Amino acid sequence: MSSAIVASGISKAWGEVQALKDLELDVPEGSFFVLLGPSGAGKTTTLRVIAGLERPDSGTVRLDGIDATTAQPAARDLAMVFQSYALYPKKTAFENIASPLLARRLPKSEIAERIAQVAALLRIERLMERKPAQMSGGEQQRVALGRALVRDPRAFLMDEPLTNLDLKLRVEMRTELTRIHRSLGRTFLYVTNDQVEAMSMGDQVAILRAGTVQQVGKPEEVYDHPATKWVATFVGSPRMNMLDCSVAADQIRGQGWSLPNPGFATQDGSPAVLGVRSEDLSLQRREESAQLAGKVYAVEPLGDRTLVDIEIGSQRFVVKADPTASYKLGEPVVASVDLDRVHLFDAGTETAVARG
Amino acid sequence: MAVRRFKPSTALEFVLLAIFIVAMLFPVVWMLETALKEQRDIFHVPAKVFHFHVTLQHFKDVFASGSSVASGFRNSIIVGALSTIIATGFGVPAAWAYSRFDIKAKQDQLFFILSTRFMPPIVVVIPIFLMYRDLNLVNSVVGLILLYSAFNLPFTIWMMKGFVDEVPGEYEDAAMLDGYSRFQAFWKVTMPLLIPGIAATAVFALIFSWNEFVFAIFLTSNSAARTAPPAIAALVGDAPIDWGLIAASAMVFVVPVLLFAFLVRKHLVAGVTLGAVRR
Amino acid sequence: MAQVLVQSLHKAFPDGTVAVHELDLAIGDGELFVMLGPSGCGKTTTLRIVAGLEQQTSGRIMIGDEDVSARRPSERDIAMVFQFYALYPHMTCRDNMAFPLRAAGRPEAEVKRAVDEAARMLQLEPYLDRRPTRLSGGEQQRVALGRAMVRSPKAFLMDEPLTNLDAELRADMRVEVKHLQERLGTTMLYVTHDQVEAMALGHRIAILNQGRLEQLGTPMEVYDRPATMFAARFIGSPPMNLIEAEVSDGVLTANGGLAIKAPDGLARGAKLVAGVRPERLAISEAGDGVRGRIVSREALGDENIYVVDSPAGQLHVRTPPTVRFPEEHIVTVAHQGAAPPVYDPETEKAVGR
Repeated sequence: MSSAIVASGISKAWGEVQALKDLELDVPEGSFFVLLGPSGAGKTTTLRVIAGLERPDSGTVRLDGIDATTAQPAARDLAMVFQSYALYPKKTAFENIASPLLARRLPKSEIAERIAQVAALLRIERLMERKPAQMSGGEQQRVALGRALVRDPRAFLMDEPLTNLDLKLRVEMRTELTRIHRSLGRTFLYVTNDQVEAMSMGDQVAILRAGTVQQVGKPEEVYDHPATKWVATFVGSPRMNMLDCSVAADQIRGQGWSLPNPGFATQDGSPAVLGVRSEDLSLQRREESAQLAGKVYAVEPLGDRTLVDIEIGSQRFVVKADPTASYKLGEPVVASVDLDRVHLFDAGTETAVARG
Repeated sequence: MAVRRFKPSTALEFVLLAIFIVAMLFPVVWMLETALKEQRDIFHVPAKVFHFHVTLQHFKDVFASGSSVASGFRNSIIVGALSTIIATGFGVPAAWAYSRFDIKAKQDQLFFILSTRFMPPIVVVIPIFLMYRDLNLVNSVVGLILLYSAFNLPFTIWMMKGFVDEVPGEYEDAAMLDGYSRFQAFWKVTMPLLIPGIAATAVFALIFSWNEFVFAIFLTSNSAARTAPPAIAALVGDAPIDWGLIAASAMVFVVPVLLFAFLVRKHLVAGVTLGAVRR
Repeated sequence: MAQVLVQSLHKAFPDGTVAVHELDLAIGDGELFVMLGPSGCGKTTTLRIVAGLEQQTSGRIMIGDEDVSARRPSERDIAMVFQFYALYPHMTCRDNMAFPLRAAGRPEAEVKRAVDEAARMLQLEPYLDRRPTRLSGGEQQRVALGRAMVRSPKAFLMDEPLTNLDAELRADMRVEVKHLQERLGTTMLYVTHDQVEAMALGHRIAILNQGRLEQLGTPMEVYDRPATMFAARFIGSPPMNLIEAEVSDGVLTANGGLAIKAPDGLARGAKLVAGVRPERLAISEAGDGVRGRIVSREALGDENIYVVDSPAGQLHVRTPPTVRFPEEHIVTVAHQGAAPPVYDPETEKAVGR
């Protein structure tokens, strides 16, 4: 599959702060590509460099194979939807959506036709004569989307477009966006800090942290096989449990516990961190060989599940248990570990250790 | 919460307010009366406050051809208008650049620009006079225009930057992605939103130029270039002093700026509340 | 520690609005009692009346065996933790925590002992000599808790103490609060609008709506058997499916052929609303059940949440992560498990059982 957008070696600094460090991004043609990261990670900066609104200090941006690093935004044929929508406040919805077509001097009849199509697709026909101040957040968002869609550009850039909407509207718009993506088949580069959004919408997800891409892959891949300790704790709720340990060929030893080494290739005695998700631990099953014993620290019944916080040595971990689970504070418990689903991270580099 | 109307609740408050108002307004009222009184009523003892014969002769004198005050007004209008236009015309793009771009030592530059306003004109008037003499700019309208523009520019930049900061840069980003060049984006989207700010800035710049006295009196000596303030001041000195003419000139002097401010009054509110209400 | 009794508490404002209607609550000694509801439901008003910060229109507050209804807050022997910590920024944490005891005129030796004890329990020893502004949100909240604890009050009143923290910190602090309460056995009256927090923390939850008690029960009781449709909608995320169905032959049948096991004792032909939790529905390619179109899919990693548009309504379904269907796909939704709670559509109250 060809790449619609390739960013290589992009670095960008704002004074003292290094916003992007040697960033690499490859967005396949026609994919719904999500850039996920916490605030301050550099997601918006990345998008702006690709759009041409910022000049990178170094690196290149290639669009459909052509070097566009120094091209003006107008020449890149990219449409962008901003977090604040950026609708021209003095123009009506119609005029806002018409703006890109007017800039390219399309004939009026064609403009009207295209706007009608887009308005029907987004169900905003009745908003056409209103100004932004007379529309709700959700309506403004649709108009902003309309302004991008009406151009039929080579790719759509979206900067956290759903962040300012209330929860219900957000879920609705999420579905709408994936529907539109499917029907158009165009490339979408979507930025968000909401990992549920990223996991639900993306064909591919790139996790951004402090200006570098930590991992790229399908949502399930990032969830099931995180490349670094940070990615492992960032994606998934409750956070993945992390227990300090040291690894030998046959055993993983921690503070007052040990588990058989399920095949991690590592040097003897090297310090590491064991990562295991709360759903991969069980208080019901009995796996004699792979167990973590501790004392109950707290029990949180959530209705469809109960989270049991367990103290082991000076550390703690959480187990996702049956909703009916009930324990007393300080009660000794044993959690079985699904060794097929544990992760190991090097204590120094924090990268995942592969299974040999 | 409803705004409460201020009502003086005691006689003492009332008396104090009345004294205050009279003290503030009396000089202006007296000047207006002086402008309208006949010569002998001006010097009448005891002073005539209410019963005097109104005459418009002094106002006619102001505009009589050959009157030094008339040419003073003419020069003030030219100098004031042009220096305001130049200072605002350069100030807006400069402010926009400072607001949108990451310029090296931006904060230091902005402070330096502002610091030029810390300096009262009288401190630099001698060096500037010497400079102008060498450049043959003494006694020229062009000289004053250049000087006033230079003095107003830091102020217009500072004030306009505040306004430009209030307009999100994302509108321009959206316009650029729509297909406009950076300049087109600025002109079509941001400029219309800056009109109130520009109006407010222009009024303040004009007020400085219009009222400026120190440079005007040092750098001009004849009616070819002399603006209104020194021209009016020069009326005091001839004997006998034509107070009526002076008063009338002063009243006329106030009118243009008041008129301009009135015309842009709707936009002034935005200017005066600059930065006071943060998003 | 002591029990707290709220008896026939009524609060009406001069303009006629009634914030609390004749409310009766009995909070046991050592219980973490949660008042849950949307804003405006009366939970904060009730808390403030118990604290003495507001005056009731009628009714009684008992703390321990004493009627404190007419007493000032300082005389009620309670401590309050606020949403915004309310720590004195110009004092060190130690002085903050010592303040209530010093204000009560206790001898300095006693004050020092109490502060050290509370600091030890809350693991605040490294922060004692710092100013609150140098601490993180979670640490500040612990100091606020410590300040409440030093007085060894009869009860703690907590007004949405975690609402201001970011999601990750909130989850961590929730565990700490739960642990601490269990360990110390303190009586806690806790107010929140977050149902996850209420479920995780409360021994019992009182759901309030417009000044009235909708339901009082343990988390599991409130989750499995909400007493009213309001409680059913409020507790649980994603929300409980409220499906209109008709009774026939021991089965509740909804539009489109969705068959739900019916509880005993229901009249034949009755039109009721079944409250079905998303985990009690299953999606499959085909089979018995109602046909619908997948409208949205949320991938949470350890499970998927689907919304299916069907003749029986918009159904939220929880599935294991391995169950994957694309959007727009037509699927079958079926009910699995025991009979769900059932509601009268007019009164919105649970029927049967």
